[in-house]
Amino acid sequence: MTDNPLMQQRKDKIKKLLLNNAIYIVLLIFLIVIIVIEPRFLSFKNLQFILSQSSTKIIMALGVAGIIVLGGTDLSIGRMIGMSAIVTATLLQSVNATRRIYADMPEIPIIFPILLVMLLCAFFAAIHGFVVFKFKVAPFIASLGIQLAVYGSMSLYFEKANAGSPIGNLSDKFTNFAQGGFQIGSFRLPYIMIYAAICVAVMWVVWNKTRLGRNMFAIGGNQEAATVSGVSILKNAVLVYIIAGLLYGFAGALEGARTGSATNQLGQGYELDAISSCVVGGVSMRGGVGSISGVVIGVLLFQVINYGLIFISVSPYIQYIIKGSIIIVAVAIDTQKYTKKK
Amino acid sequence: MAERNRITASKPRGDCPESGYLLEMLDMNKTFPGVVALKDARLQVRPGTVHALLGENGAGKSTLMKCLFGIYREDSGHILYNGEEVRFNNPRQALDDGISMVHQELNQVLECNVMENIWLGRFPMKGPFLDKKEMYKITERIFSEYKINVDPRQRVDNLSISQRQMVEIAKAVSYDARVIVLDEPTSSLTEQEVEHLFRIIRSLQERACGIIYISHKMEEIFQISDDVTIMRDGAWVHSGPTGELNMDKIISLMVGRDLTQRYPKKLNKPGGEVLMRVNSLTGTYQPSVKDVSFDLRKGEILGVAGLMGSRRTELVETLFGIRKRESGTVEIHGRPVNISHSIDAINNRMALLTEERRKTGIFAALSVRFNAVITHLGAYCNKLGFTNDKKMAEDTQWVIESMNVKTPSQKTLIENLSGGNQQKVILGRWLLNKPEILMLDEPTRGIDVGAKYEIYQLILELAKEGNAVIFISSEMPELLGVSDRIMVMSNGRMAGIVNTADTTQEELLRLSAKYL
Repeated sequence: MTDNPLMQQRKDKIKKLLLNNAIYIVLLIFLIVIIVIEPRFLSFKNLQFILSQSSTKIIMALGVAGIIVLGGTDLSIGRMIGMSAIVTATLLQSVNATRRIYADMPEIPIIFPILLVMLLCAFFAAIHGFVVFKFKVAPFIASLGIQLAVYGSMSLYFEKANAGSPIGNLSDKFTNFAQGGFQIGSFRLPYIMIYAAICVAVMWVVWNKTRLGRNMFAIGGNQEAATVSGVSILKNAVLVYIIAGLLYGFAGALEGARTGSATNQLGQGYELDAISSCVVGGVSMRGGVGSISGVVIGVLLFQVINYGLIFISVSPYIQYIIKGSIIIVAVAIDTQKYTKKK
Repeated sequence: MAERNRITASKPRGDCPESGYLLEMLDMNKTFPGVVALKDARLQVRPGTVHALLGENGAGKSTLMKCLFGIYREDSGHILYNGEEVRFNNPRQALDDGISMVHQELNQVLECNVMENIWLGRFPMKGPFLDKKEMYKITERIFSEYKINVDPRQRVDNLSISQRQMVEIAKAVSYDARVIVLDEPTSSLTEQEVEHLFRIIRSLQERACGIIYISHKMEEIFQISDDVTIMRDGAWVHSGPTGELNMDKIISLMVGRDLTQRYPKKLNKPGGEVLMRVNSLTGTYQPSVKDVSFDLRKGEILGVAGLMGSRRTELVETLFGIRKRESGTVEIHGRPVNISHSIDAINNRMALLTEERRKTGIFAALSVRFNAVITHLGAYCNKLGFTNDKKMAEDTQWVIESMNVKTPSQKTLIENLSGGNQQKVILGRWLLNKPEILMLDEPTRGIDVGAKYEIYQLILELAKEGNAVIFISSEMPELLGVSDRIMVMSNGRMAGIVNTADTTQEELLRLSAKYL
């Protein structure tokens, strides 16, 4: 074997390129398979549907992505979404509804309940971050605990408020807030996509243009070095968790309004979609690596595959298997990237 | 010596080979990128003897041992065991052949009990089940044979360090080891415990084992060893019976290199004004420094010497607020300061270049620019916390140019640079803060000669501007070449401060062993 060094270099480069983009290649193959089976999948309507479906997922994923960059994880997202949806729904029922939970409450601007649930989720997320970074509880366990606590709290409220039956009859203003859109000719731009775009823009600035963003990458990249460098670990980390909580709260309110009713089961399992989207988008579970564009691409790709599988009528159980495999493959590839070969 | 009689025929274990040596390592060479770690190193151990392996930090003792156990693969050389050429791929293979090592840092499973630690990986079994009774019995037998007073059922984390050490030795014995390497075995033992250890070593000797004994404590060497081998800069220097040497002779053989390495001309003039005064500084958590006091003057380079484990790193980490301070005071410019977090230290214009670049220095997966500006972020942020990218890029460029960093771009990931260039980026990171007190913990470790020279220059330059530098190094010539005074640490305490102009390596080495 007398490969000249240049050839070897080129080979290494190609290998690296393949490895770095392996997950995209895998998903692209998936997409092609779906399109071959059902060419009608490639329609404008479907694209629009996927985009609007992805919107809340993007908002959630933006939140958890920061936590993953810190080196943590968050299994409580789904329950946070549920809590947020229930609370906003109870406060924003139509005034004319026959069975109203707070019968005497006047109509309030929708912004207040939304802000309230954002703060509520931020509160729980702050506890989560504090426990992880102050008491060094493993993020997986801490978020499991938070998940249970949030589920318990919101179920208590749900039982008390509406005896455990779905909360519907939402005010038109509220449902329109999520379901509405601008009609431009035959194209309809859902508001929800605009919200997602705003969140993406804001988070891009936070990640790339603020001190907090730098500190977040520093903590996730090398906590000890960050300490030496004078980064206040606890303060910055908890701030990142709080931002995640705010985003969950907002996404949850949107989910409630989008589906038109809320139960304590809403949001169950959303964390897996959010986390796997981040991983697919190149946010490393080892911490310290990730980008906003990656998160967005990750969510979109994941949703395309998701919806594609439904579109070609793959059994939901097989969908679970495929999704699970994608997550494992994505993490395996990610780990390969950062593992030094010996 | 050039032509050796190599016996290739298989012989039963325990026979003495014709050469008369139990273990021979010959012409061992090993190079790491930029560093020659072993250069024709040699070690020949006779059966039934204790062979002291001596040398300064970095002389190549550990590298040689790692080659023996297959942790490193030597570039060239021969290892003969019982006269047969051997090559182990991992420590396990060496163990199976009767070569074992007791490391300075004990690798034990703290949550398991003593006997489980000893038999880990080769538990006595009864069918599919652990035979705990048998395990207890054989452990007891070894313990009573060597008079080790430890309950085999005790959990290891309940044992004292010396007991744990005994357990490790028992484990080595349990492999029927014929060659046992002891790496600084007495560094944490009391005098009586050392006596006990020596009794064990002597009974191993009677069983014709060869002991390789690595230690910095001269008295012990004369007490226990039969032969010595001295290494310096990765090369063999001397071998012979211990009785033919005295302490001064050994030390001069260990350090005896002529100072041909060049150092930049000293430009700094230490002033009279005290910049920092440290008064009986003591740390809270072990390992920690105890009762360290010193003054640091403007424009001064204070070298810090000491053996491994002398807690020089702990000293600067305590000063920098990363380790908790139990008692003692620190004054800067005559004012007492309370530094309990690295942020306080930075605000008091201190900087700390840490020893382990990978672990506590670089953000490996992030760019050169990120790494350059991270400690200086405050300067790039407006009131709302938004960063000014242009200024960051300018400052990074300053770091790259003034430190002479070789990097394709600011966006290159720092892990793709060489060690020396990484070090320069981190040094530059701190210089952006314009520190007054610069603490450098082994700043030249693992980097090439050229980069070393540049770092010396920089240290001298900074001192010339009136800053003070605390310069920790395990390379004595470097301390003698660059610093104004040298503080010697020994076992967490300050063994003395000497003027560089009036001291010798011998004196430093003697002070290093003061509190052992």
